[in-house]
Amino acid sequence: MAGKPTTPVDITGAMVTEAPALADWLVVAPVIICLLGGAFLLAQRKNTKIQGWTAVAILALLVASCVGLFVHVLNNGTIVMTMGRWLPPFGISFAVDVLSAVLALIGAVVAFFCAIYAVTDIETQERRYGFFPFLVLLMAGVSGAFLTGDIFNLYVWFEVLLIASFGLLILGNDKPQLDGAVKYAFLNLVATTLFLIATAYLYGLVGTLNMADIARRVAVLPDGAPINTIAALYLLAFAMKAAAFPVFFWLPASYHTPRIVVSAVFAGLLTKVGIYAFLRTLVLLMPEANAMLSDTLIWVAIATMIVGVLGALAQNDIRRIMGYLVISGIGAMLAGAALSTDLGLMGAIMYAVHSMIVMTALYMACGLMIRTAGTHDLRKLGAIYGRDPFLAAVFLILAFAAAGLPPFSGFWPKLTLVQASLAEGQGWLAFAILISGFLTTIAVGRVWAMSFWRGGPLGTPDGETVDEKTQPMVDPWDRRGLVIPLVGLTFMVIALGFLPQPFLNVAAGSAGGLLYQETYTDAVLGAQAAPGEVAPESAASDNSNTEGPMIDGTDTKAQPSGESE
Amino acid sequence: MEVAFAALIGIFFMVAVYLMLSPHVIRILMGVVILGNAVNLLIFSNGRLTREVPPIVPDALVVAEPTIANPLPQALVLTAIVISFSFFAFLLTLAYRAYQELGTDDTDNMRIAEPADEAAPPTGY
Repeated sequence: MAGKPTTPVDITGAMVTEAPALADWLVVAPVIICLLGGAFLLAQRKNTKIQGWTAVAILALLVASCVGLFVHVLNNGTIVMTMGRWLPPFGISFAVDVLSAVLALIGAVVAFFCAIYAVTDIETQERRYGFFPFLVLLMAGVSGAFLTGDIFNLYVWFEVLLIASFGLLILGNDKPQLDGAVKYAFLNLVATTLFLIATAYLYGLVGTLNMADIARRVAVLPDGAPINTIAALYLLAFAMKAAAFPVFFWLPASYHTPRIVVSAVFAGLLTKVGIYAFLRTLVLLMPEANAMLSDTLIWVAIATMIVGVLGALAQNDIRRIMGYLVISGIGAMLAGAALSTDLGLMGAIMYAVHSMIVMTALYMACGLMIRTAGTHDLRKLGAIYGRDPFLAAVFLILAFAAAGLPPFSGFWPKLTLVQASLAEGQGWLAFAILISGFLTTIAVGRVWAMSFWRGGPLGTPDGETVDEKTQPMVDPWDRRGLVIPLVGLTFMVIALGFLPQPFLNVAAGSAGGLLYQETYTDAVLGAQAAPGEVAPESAASDNSNTEGPMIDGTDTKAQPSGESE
Repeated sequence: MEVAFAALIGIFFMVAVYLMLSPHVIRILMGVVILGNAVNLLIFSNGRLTREVPPIVPDALVVAEPTIANPLPQALVLTAIVISFSFFAFLLTLAYRAYQELGTDDTDNMRIAEPADEAAPPTGY
């Protein structure tokens, strides 16, 4: 006890005195499930037989908790839980709004399907290297990043998911993997360090790490405060994480090297965490600085979309084509973030959800194609249509979705984004979205035509197919361990395409949560007067009778903290 | 004190960026270490560079005098040190394994994942 027992300190102003409602524990459940599950799997690392299905069960639990959280957030609005009982600006908060909940949910679903795929795809040797523990721990990082309400905590979750992704990336120790991992590791580490630099400056400026508190203080900063510089630093850091032009080079260098299911997980989750952090930090916390950066961002988005899809057109390896398509999609999400209107953010969020599902499914489909044909070289692929028509149909659906053609999930985000850019008078942006969709159609259409439709490898005369005795039919049911997760994701793609209304509503709710920061800050800090209404200087000079939390942010943790922990 | 500290941090960043621009993995590694330390010093300087006032709350006050050094950045630095050290350990191992397998520490010559003579995709059937 720091105070004397004779003068009991009133802690209601500084500490949470009531236990959170039971349903609110859902906020931390995803992280707890993944950390405990990861630790268990790590302990069972040598027990390769049970690992796979245990990981699937853990991730099923994760999906269940994310569904619960999502429903809870939809019904009750933003939910906050603060660790260590210190009230929000001081304790580390987890704050979950619709955006966090929907991305955490889709991320969990994608990881769940990837785990099912991996049970068949990942062999004993790689299980020994720890594929499943890494996957579950990666999900701890991803869920933590989506759910946290504290910017330094976000940095920590970034590092958690980064170290787990290193483990997944070099699984197997091949030469190309080591080569790709060197580039991936260094550039991603520099990106997270940039994030930390920006956070250090931000803390120096506003004196708080809680996102809601940052939002309130940034809104009342005096003129001349270097908030735009900080925003630019964040932009660079998250652009690197999200693989935006011109800092995307780590992605095509590394995403094709690991096992295909690892690529699928990465394509679905990692870059979208970067986009999420971008939305959370720039759009929610510093809207004015974001508006100032808007013009730059629009050109970055256009360049990312076009360069990404041109890269896809220039590749010969189907896995690398998919890598470039991930980049192109990031451009579309940035376009929505750059507009920062209701409609634009809606489009960006819908595109993020769509891209998580579709890119993962496309990588899974590539894995099946490579298994059937034994190559990932576009020149050597061919005649898969005759051997596995089911896969051909699924791939075509995914290709349509990736290109943004109706009636699949890619259509609605693209439509919303085009509408949003036209509403803002950004004709070039709308043009770039449409032209990148057109080029994507060519890129994925070519993959389909060459590997499925063509009668054999390059040079097979038109109208002929290669000898059918050496190329037996493939029964999808024989590969059900790989086909079922692919079908599951494809089903989601179709469902989002045919029943877009709930999808649109959720995206609108998420976008609203980002644009009207009062909803978020009030949920975290309570609706009382914003601390910024008292000028920091006057508060700092007169602290002798301040009770409860101090106003001067640089001293946020200066109180005695031995109260009850 | 702050000015000298700011200059030192600037020099750290300068050296780090210079080293990371090198194509040799070992220099990039050095750059990453120095970059990590530069950030740590940067965070550290956020919490006031003073040790004259002990961080003790007088009887009459509920909170400490505002002139004490803020301990929160120090806690952040501690976290950042642990993270950057573990990443450095990983990168060191990775660089060594890459050197063993690829026979070079020059990133310009690391072209196994992205071969320089990669064929263009077919333009027709």
